[in-house]
Amino acid sequence: MSIACFLTYRQAHNLKIRHITDGKCDSLPVYHTAYIAFWCVIPAGITLILWEIGHSFFLEKGLLAAVSDNWQEWSAVDRQLTLTIIRNIAAGVLENNDPTYTAALNYLHDFEWYSRLWRFGFVFCCVFAGLSWGWCHIRAELKAQQFIERIMQFFLLLCAVCAVFITVAIIFSLLFEALRFFNRVPLSDFLFGINWSPQGTIEISDNEELTGSFGVIPLFVGTLLISTIAIGFAAPLGLMSAIYLSEYASKKIRSIIKPVIEILAGIPTIVYGVFAALTVAPLIGDLGRYFDLPTASENALATGLVMGVMIIPFISSLADDVISSVPDRLREGSLAVGATRSETIIQVVLPAALPGIISGLLLAISRAIGETMIVVMAAGLIANLTINPLQAVTTMTVQIVTLLVGDQEFDSAKTLAAFALGLFLFTITLCLNIIALYVVKTYRERYE
Amino acid sequence: MNKDREEFALRRLTKRHRKEKRFHFYGLCAIFFVLFCVIGLFAIIIYRGSGAFVVTTVTFDIHFDRHVLNINAPVATSEALHNANYLALIKQTLSRHFPQVTSRREKKQLYQLISHQAEFTLRHLLIAQPELLGTSQSVSLLASDRLHQFASGNSIYWSAQQKEWMTQLQQENRLQQQFNWRFFTAGDSRFPEAAGILSALTGSLIALAITFLLSFPIGIGAAIYLEEFAPRRRWVQWIEVNINNLAAVPSIIFGLLGLAVLINLFGLPRSAPVVGGMVLSMLTLPTIIIASRSALSAVPLSIREAAIAMGVSKMQMVMHHVVPIAIPGMLTGSIIGMAGALGESAPLLLIGMVAFVADPPMSIYEPATALPVQVYLWADSPERGFVERTWGAIIVLLIFLISMNAISTFLRQRLERNK
Repeated sequence: MSIACFLTYRQAHNLKIRHITDGKCDSLPVYHTAYIAFWCVIPAGITLILWEIGHSFFLEKGLLAAVSDNWQEWSAVDRQLTLTIIRNIAAGVLENNDPTYTAALNYLHDFEWYSRLWRFGFVFCCVFAGLSWGWCHIRAELKAQQFIERIMQFFLLLCAVCAVFITVAIIFSLLFEALRFFNRVPLSDFLFGINWSPQGTIEISDNEELTGSFGVIPLFVGTLLISTIAIGFAAPLGLMSAIYLSEYASKKIRSIIKPVIEILAGIPTIVYGVFAALTVAPLIGDLGRYFDLPTASENALATGLVMGVMIIPFISSLADDVISSVPDRLREGSLAVGATRSETIIQVVLPAALPGIISGLLLAISRAIGETMIVVMAAGLIANLTINPLQAVTTMTVQIVTLLVGDQEFDSAKTLAAFALGLFLFTITLCLNIIALYVVKTYRERYE
Repeated sequence: MNKDREEFALRRLTKRHRKEKRFHFYGLCAIFFVLFCVIGLFAIIIYRGSGAFVVTTVTFDIHFDRHVLNINAPVATSEALHNANYLALIKQTLSRHFPQVTSRREKKQLYQLISHQAEFTLRHLLIAQPELLGTSQSVSLLASDRLHQFASGNSIYWSAQQKEWMTQLQQENRLQQQFNWRFFTAGDSRFPEAAGILSALTGSLIALAITFLLSFPIGIGAAIYLEEFAPRRRWVQWIEVNINNLAAVPSIIFGLLGLAVLINLFGLPRSAPVVGGMVLSMLTLPTIIIASRSALSAVPLSIREAAIAMGVSKMQMVMHHVVPIAIPGMLTGSIIGMAGALGESAPLLLIGMVAFVADPPMSIYEPATALPVQVYLWADSPERGFVERTWGAIIVLLIFLISMNAISTFLRQRLERNK
């Protein structure tokens, strides 16, 4: 196929060189070749994709029919099982001991052979048809450039739509799986239950309603506790360092320290996780024992503090941007009436920058809530409903990971619960992000 | 009265100045604390990870005894060499060296001094040089983690006898410490002294290559469309808001998406780098789009106007004049996005790229793990050797990230000089 395309490229190119010397040509030769290539590749490509989809569909039907006459009454699981067995025999993984599969194997062999033959023929025809179609249309006055540019623009649009498609896919996959979960566990039980112990639930049947062990409140409180510690630690430090860098530090010091702080932002979260679990948590455990406080080895404080360190550069760079964008005339006015620098900052600059700082904090909170690796490594697994920072708490992200890591069947209530948690998490962070972006937008409009 | 006022004002002024100084001091404290965090973090990582780059070997004179090896044929075939009993050979060498050890329990402890990897070392040696059979040869064997910790000065041992043997080996000068090449050439192992990062690194690089191939073209295409062609309509603004939001969605959500759509719906294999790469590309796509858009909007208007004035179409203007200028900026953004993807581990946990992988994956469908996930796996192990390797793997990961960032900074600086 590629050889055919290459040949057309050359042919069309030569053809067009002749035409362009006439001086009547609408487009450059390269657009004519692209025009032909488009007609060659796209219809053939679409055919190929459709063929592959239809291929497996008809193949499965045929195979099942070869094994048994009444396959249509089988359940989906049985069908899949049979197909897997046949494929494994064909691949040589399993030995064929059952004569019922022999017919299916022959069918598979023949089908694959004919399919390959026909696919080749069909695609070749498509390429040829596209080629002749394009060839017939090539004339000096053909607006090949416009055509190609429109196609290119369409592909660029597709790329942009891809990003939207990801969001849509996230929302639909979470919603779909979460709805299946809420069929089993009532929504009110999930939102207001105070007991979370999915590992202890025993599922007897698929449709039974499960209550009492899927309450999200302890997870939510745990997430909030850790995020509060993190933000409470990072916000003053991040803000003060941003203020110092943008208001006090000389340009030279700023150009050195700012990248150093941003190094913290580039460190992977797993590194912070290891740091929290292996270094900070034992330290805080020792301190707790020294002061005779009951301290869990996986305490929320260590997790929160390390998460705070991770968030500092985030807050500091956002706040730095906002503070730097406050117009200088406000500062000068304040200094001119005799205010000291700190008074100017506290009473003039910060109020002007407040919306930006708030939105930065909101983004930081959404970061802290969605953060996974630090809490997976350093926070606990058991859902305690407590606000004592020295106790072990668990978070939504930890539970998603523990429910889904390991060999589990996908349809159990436990795995579905992870998707429900994911939907909950997604909704919270989405709301925070939208509010934050909205605040930033209105703020920017005020000064620009 | 006047004097009173003056004094009052002066007192207030000193108070205000003191407040100013205090505020300044708080700022300095914050900066110093953050710097302390950075330096402390790196110091701890280097201090605790350096142990991973050293291994201990024990040198013994080994007599390749046919009888012990269970090779009976006069001419040893390679198959016989492959299946020979090297463990017995090691056991015999150790027993000869420590004749005082007789009880079963003590022998078991004695054998634990040498790594299980040593069998494979001997096998390789003998297959490469079959003429050694029946002769004696001085061979360096990999020491077990306990012996390595002892040789490195950390006193961990099970019993007093074991300490005695270890000291004896040390006094006989049989212990050598050398650079741990295995750490870069081996996959994961159940024994810390034999474990390496090669398979995790390969998995990471395969996934990263897929990520780049998917997200770079799509991201740039989307950025070009949104920046250059998109009509200022409501739905376009909606796409923009959407992309900004997508950049702030927690990474674990992308893992859920990969699990539900790629694995359950499309039936792609679990644990495979192809799924990991696709998930990571969704994760980096918004970053790349945002960076590429700002690179495009930084292209001066004069270039666009000059191109249009020469009579080119809009597509030609964008493709031939704007994009080539913006490409370094786009690459910079993409490299930073890729660095983020390299350090990402939460979504990979969900799609099952968290497995014990001893051999590096050879295709995009084979089970694989990634470097940060390997860190996660090792950090959970209680053995001291694995903890060292956790920090060692972190050092390697950070070296990769720092070099990626250095490349992007270099690109940006070149770009600025060209302007």
